[in-house]
Amino acid sequence: MTDATTNTNVQAAEGEARFGDYVALLKPRVMSLVVFTALVGLVVAPGGMSPMIGFTAILFIALGAGASGALNMWYDADIDLIMKRTRGRPVPSGRVEAGEALSVGVALSAISVAMLGLATNWVAAGLLAFTIFFYAVIYTMWLKRATPQNIVIGGAAGAFPPVIGWAAVTGDVSLEAVLMFGLIFMWTPPHFWALALFMKADYHEAKVPMLTVTHGRPETRRQIWIYSLLLAPVAIGLGLTSIGGPVYLSTAIVLNAIFLRHAFAVRGRDEAMAEADGYAAEKRLFRFSLYYLFLHFGALLGDAGLRMTGLLGG
Amino acid sequence: MPITETHELHKRRFGRNLGVALSLVAFATIVFGLTIAKIREGSTMEAFDHQPRVSITPLVEDGQ
Repeated sequence: MTDATTNTNVQAAEGEARFGDYVALLKPRVMSLVVFTALVGLVVAPGGMSPMIGFTAILFIALGAGASGALNMWYDADIDLIMKRTRGRPVPSGRVEAGEALSVGVALSAISVAMLGLATNWVAAGLLAFTIFFYAVIYTMWLKRATPQNIVIGGAAGAFPPVIGWAAVTGDVSLEAVLMFGLIFMWTPPHFWALALFMKADYHEAKVPMLTVTHGRPETRRQIWIYSLLLAPVAIGLGLTSIGGPVYLSTAIVLNAIFLRHAFAVRGRDEAMAEADGYAAEKRLFRFSLYYLFLHFGALLGDAGLRMTGLLGG
Repeated sequence: MPITETHELHKRRFGRNLGVALSLVAFATIVFGLTIAKIREGSTMEAFDHQPRVSITPLVEDGQ
């Protein structure tokens, strides 16, 4: 293409993507959680690895998560266009074509899986490939639009990074890795449903079956309470494994007691009470759930630090 | 319009090209760093190559 032809297409190219739009396809905010939990999985795993290999592993786990985000944006462009929260994303806004998002997603998936396999081992790479497949195909293409349990299923994809980090070091998946998975998996529903209660999201217009819409808000409150009850033993149980210690165990006991108290408060309210105080209890539970996950994984790092300095034996 | 004139479009494309170039440089650097780390870690650097390699043949102890 010559410059002359380029200039005749200036109007058409006004919405042309910047590099940042391609970065936005990878959902950088989601990647930050992936990086943190994968890092913890990698650090607490027995054996250790060279910092350069560890850095590479985290980078390509994050890139794999980003690739699944791009595939999600490619497939969900139709509903992203309907919902206010997602209307400004690169594909629905027209800055990036859907086909480009698909290409970026597929290419980065292949690169991240291959590089993780070469840098660490093929168990970790296989888990990363499965996570991308699970999020892009099982969740995005199939179950997200088919069941109100979509948040529960989507949570599984977000729960894999610490398992991949663990497998990158050990080459297998043990009880500790499964419980780290369980912690994020059981945490996701109360976290998102608390948000769904006070964010009047427009999932209904987009025909995405959210629990708040399909089963009503009282049932959502009950489900939050049930998942919070199931979450506590998983979180505390992790402290009794080889990667737990006094820091994690004491943190988990305190945090789960507070989490249950907040979840119980949400359970005992109706919409009139929530409207009256501007969804204060629901917002408290949501905010606390953010600290909850961060502090649990931070506490695992704390115990790993104690172990490395010899203060905790092992 | 002279074809040498720089339009805002060209600036945007330059930014995108620069991003791609830096990503490629970063990728090459990571592969290089990873190679060095693997070598330092003592990963196997020799393997079967369609002919016997003395350097990777298991040692036979005396008397066997």
